[in-house]
Amino acid sequence: MIEIKNISKSFNNKQVLLDVNGQFVKGKTNLIIGASGTGKSVLLKCIVGLVKPDEGSISFDGRDFTQADSELKQSIRREIGMLFQGSALFDSKTVEENVMFPLDMLTTMRREEKLDRANECLKRVGLENANKLFPSEISGGMQKRVGIARAIVMNSRYLFCDEPNSGLDPQTSIKIDNLIKDITEEYNTTTVVVTHDMNSVLEIGEHIMFIYKGRKIWEGSNKDILDTEVTELQDFIFANKLIRDMKAKKDR
Amino acid sequence: MKSFGKYLILLSTLFINRERFNVYVKRIVDESILIGIDSVFIVVIVSTFIGAVTAVQTAYNLVSPLIPLYIIGTIVRDMTVLELAPTITCVVLAGKVGSNIAGGLGTMRITEQVDALEVMGINSASYLILPKIIAAILTFPLLVIIAGFLSMYGGYLAGVLTGVITEKEYIYGIRYQFQGYNITFAIIKSLVFAFLISSISSYQGFFTKGGALEVGQSSTEAVTNSCIAVLCADYLLAQLLL
Repeated sequence: MIEIKNISKSFNNKQVLLDVNGQFVKGKTNLIIGASGTGKSVLLKCIVGLVKPDEGSISFDGRDFTQADSELKQSIRREIGMLFQGSALFDSKTVEENVMFPLDMLTTMRREEKLDRANECLKRVGLENANKLFPSEISGGMQKRVGIARAIVMNSRYLFCDEPNSGLDPQTSIKIDNLIKDITEEYNTTTVVVTHDMNSVLEIGEHIMFIYKGRKIWEGSNKDILDTEVTELQDFIFANKLIRDMKAKKDR
Repeated sequence: MKSFGKYLILLSTLFINRERFNVYVKRIVDESILIGIDSVFIVVIVSTFIGAVTAVQTAYNLVSPLIPLYIIGTIVRDMTVLELAPTITCVVLAGKVGSNIAGGLGTMRITEQVDALEVMGINSASYLILPKIIAAILTFPLLVIIAGFLSMYGGYLAGVLTGVITEKEYIYGIRYQFQGYNITFAIIKSLVFAFLISSISSYQGFFTKGGALEVGQSSTEAVTNSCIAVLCADYLLAQLLL
């Protein structure tokens, strides 16, 4: 479980996050949702340690990440897998080399073992025949899959996904969402997904945190989100006509 | 001053939480190919022509019959070894290698590849920058030595083939009052310039913020700042070591 307490962050006197609290549950797909520019990605970057919060603490299964010495920080980071918004694959490496990269850097496994593990992860994400291709030679959806394979190759305890559906068509988005959900259940990871895609919210949002203007103003699940009475959340959800219709049908 | 402080902090982080030695060996070999081998062609062209032009212009200015022609060879040698081979070669390399380093690191930064390394628990600065600096320090002196030889050979071709000077006179001039220390001085200069170009360009690229436009700006700043640093260091080294 990941616990965040009183996280605040500002950039150049502009408050981006204010007093955000919450827990991300193990074995579940936890979503951070909100409109663009509300501080979702900054919160995610604070959690993984890419941005240092001005105030507050973050703990990974009881280990305080914000106060940790460099050794503990390093060991926690090695339990983290992250899928970036643009996939962040290394351009100069092939798909296989990208997935093997964490193993090359952080383990003393033999090359054959690393290859086996990389291929196992690529197979898991449905990419058996792309090993020798470079990131520029594959589609956006395939890049996301490679990103997921790289994130799970070290048997990560924590999986973070920053807008996994950005730039993807609806069909591929659903496939990526389901893949994230399946991997979370299969590997029992604590998964945190930042998104503003309502399809993802309704499909995989087992635990949802809604951020509005840097504050957490709602927490719940995809089962109760449509019944919310929080105006800001209603505005966010029902901006989509399909969801408005779904809600109207449900109410009837 | 703030940027200079940030630059020094970046350099100090290169040696903290380093990765395994064999990771660096492979990276240094790769970077040496990119920085060194891939620069041989431009160094060959530039240095040969510099030597040729120096020989022709020196001959043009030697109008007094009291000055022997072999002095052309001596002037080509001294100008080449002391200044043209190390400094001009490194200014050219600041353009080629500096922009390449800054552009590469800047692109990695804006496409979150640097963040990906950090999240994995890898010291991204050390993993990305240290091999570039070491590779530059290893390859620049070799490129400068090649440039020195080829400049003198360029001078020979321009002088002898056009009949300005005989082969015997040119070679006598090249060997006349030769000081071995000048070679040491040129190599010291190339080592200092290699460090400055690779570290300044890495700094510019590593801290790129924004998008594709800013990557271009970082590359331009890397080349400009590297050239200024090379010229300042050139003057200081000449004052200190000659």
